[in-house]
Amino acid sequence: MTSERAEWRLVAIVGHKELKAATASRWFWMWVVAFVGLAAVLVAVALPGSRIAAQAGFGRTAASLVTLVQIIVPLMGLTLGALAIAGPRERGALRFLLSHPVNRTEAFWGIYLGHAAALAIAAGAGFGVAGVVTALRGVPAGVGTFLWIAMLSWVLAVAMLGVGMLVSVLSGRSAAALGVAVFVWLLLVFIGDLGLMGTAAATRMPVAVLFGVALANPVEAFRLASLTALAGSLDALGPAGTYAIDRLGDRLGVALLSVLALWVAVPAIVAWRRFAGRADL
Amino acid sequence: MIEVVGLTKAYGQAVVVDGLDMSIADGESVALWGPNGAGKTTVIRCILGLVGYRGTIAVDGLDARSQGKAVRRRIGYVPQELSFYEEMASIDLLDYSASLRRIPAARVDEVIDLLGLGDHRHKQVRELSGGLKQRLGLAAALLPDPPILLLDEPTSNLDAMARQSAIRLFEELRHQGRTLVVTSHHIEEVGMLVDRVVAMEAGRKVTECAPFDLADRLGIRVWLHVVTGDGAAALATLAEAGYDVQPNSRGVLVEVSAQQKGRAVEVLQQAGVRIDDLEVWR
Repeated sequence: MTSERAEWRLVAIVGHKELKAATASRWFWMWVVAFVGLAAVLVAVALPGSRIAAQAGFGRTAASLVTLVQIIVPLMGLTLGALAIAGPRERGALRFLLSHPVNRTEAFWGIYLGHAAALAIAAGAGFGVAGVVTALRGVPAGVGTFLWIAMLSWVLAVAMLGVGMLVSVLSGRSAAALGVAVFVWLLLVFIGDLGLMGTAAATRMPVAVLFGVALANPVEAFRLASLTALAGSLDALGPAGTYAIDRLGDRLGVALLSVLALWVAVPAIVAWRRFAGRADL
Repeated sequence: MIEVVGLTKAYGQAVVVDGLDMSIADGESVALWGPNGAGKTTVIRCILGLVGYRGTIAVDGLDARSQGKAVRRRIGYVPQELSFYEEMASIDLLDYSASLRRIPAARVDEVIDLLGLGDHRHKQVRELSGGLKQRLGLAAALLPDPPILLLDEPTSNLDAMARQSAIRLFEELRHQGRTLVVTSHHIEEVGMLVDRVVAMEAGRKVTECAPFDLADRLGIRVWLHVVTGDGAAALATLAEAGYDVQPNSRGVLVEVSAQQKGRAVEVLQQAGVRIDDLEVWR
């Protein structure tokens, strides 16, 4: 609504406050407890053996966490994002914040960064506990891979946070925003794969298109990027992995990271533009 | 100075403020008065830049639309209800507000003392009574010592005691020379708080006058219940003086102008009718 310059000092103040508020919320702790608990159980169960060759210690732990991350982390990011704008707007907190000398750009990025930091804590807690369990039980091999996958998990969470915030900006009420966020999660995590398989079979979709569409899914991009880091190749995925390596070769890693980067940037920027340009709160 | 010209705000097809013109001088206290849905709160939100609008709003010569941050630096805003940030401690809420305005921590302590919130600084917002929440909202608004205060229905959620206390506080602020813009639908409160009333209805300004002229201008009337042991004499006296009066089991009910209740009492006293009690029925 205004062309006044944004001050990073204000973004940091709002972000700090949002981080405190997010980490004090029930939703956040529900996700942290679920993620940490499941990660600990999964690692304890998975450590004795792995289907991915040449992995041991932290690498094996990371492999067992990938499936958990691709289900739980998108939901965590989407729900926190969905509540980030619609919730304060409903309660009047957003009006109180913007009655200060703070513009909408500062408010938006403060809220975004505060929640992104909260998600880093959640991912750090899950991977941290898994790492401790592994260190107590096994060989400290593959620490780099483990940290890289923890980092990719956070990137996936932040990408989903942006999508959730876009939903939140566009929704009138927080209940509606939550509903849409859960639908997006189903679409990306479950319906995406099933729908793609069904569509491919029904329309005789060319393999290259099918691969492109699958790769555009951030959850799939995360999975492939993680498995590439773990196994050094995607042979473990069978024909799909072989096709991916055939098509993109050395560029596969860059392509996967680019997909994730686009999912981080585009929804957040669109949400910011909509929020800043929206006439009414 | 606040200059509002041709302010119009619509939500979809519903026009909630319709071509409002209003000028508020420095140090003046003005009430936006009207029933619920008159558009009072929307005017406040427009001044703060919280909603889009047509027309222009200038605060000390600054355009509220394009220079919103500069405008809001001059304004302290007390919302109708401080029902958000329920988990925050009072002191944390004030610290947050102060940091957004680059105000030193010493000023937070000053404002806490000024508003008597010392015993409540570590309580969560949810633990505070309506009156204390109101004080906390006012404390946040006063942090920058702003020349302009916007008070949105400042007493609507308060009980009688807290309302009295709040009104005393607002009177003090008024006498400090601040510009006060108050929204209210309580006609008596408006009389105590402001120099001028802008009466609104369905988004339009219907009149602008001194607070004590408002009831007559708008023809606002109330029923005065006069409790007396001499109901027959009271009935005859008031009827003879031209009042619309009805007998009641404990006295009489007389219809009067909302801001001239004393005249009916004066008529009864001059006639020697003893008055035991008075109640206002709306």
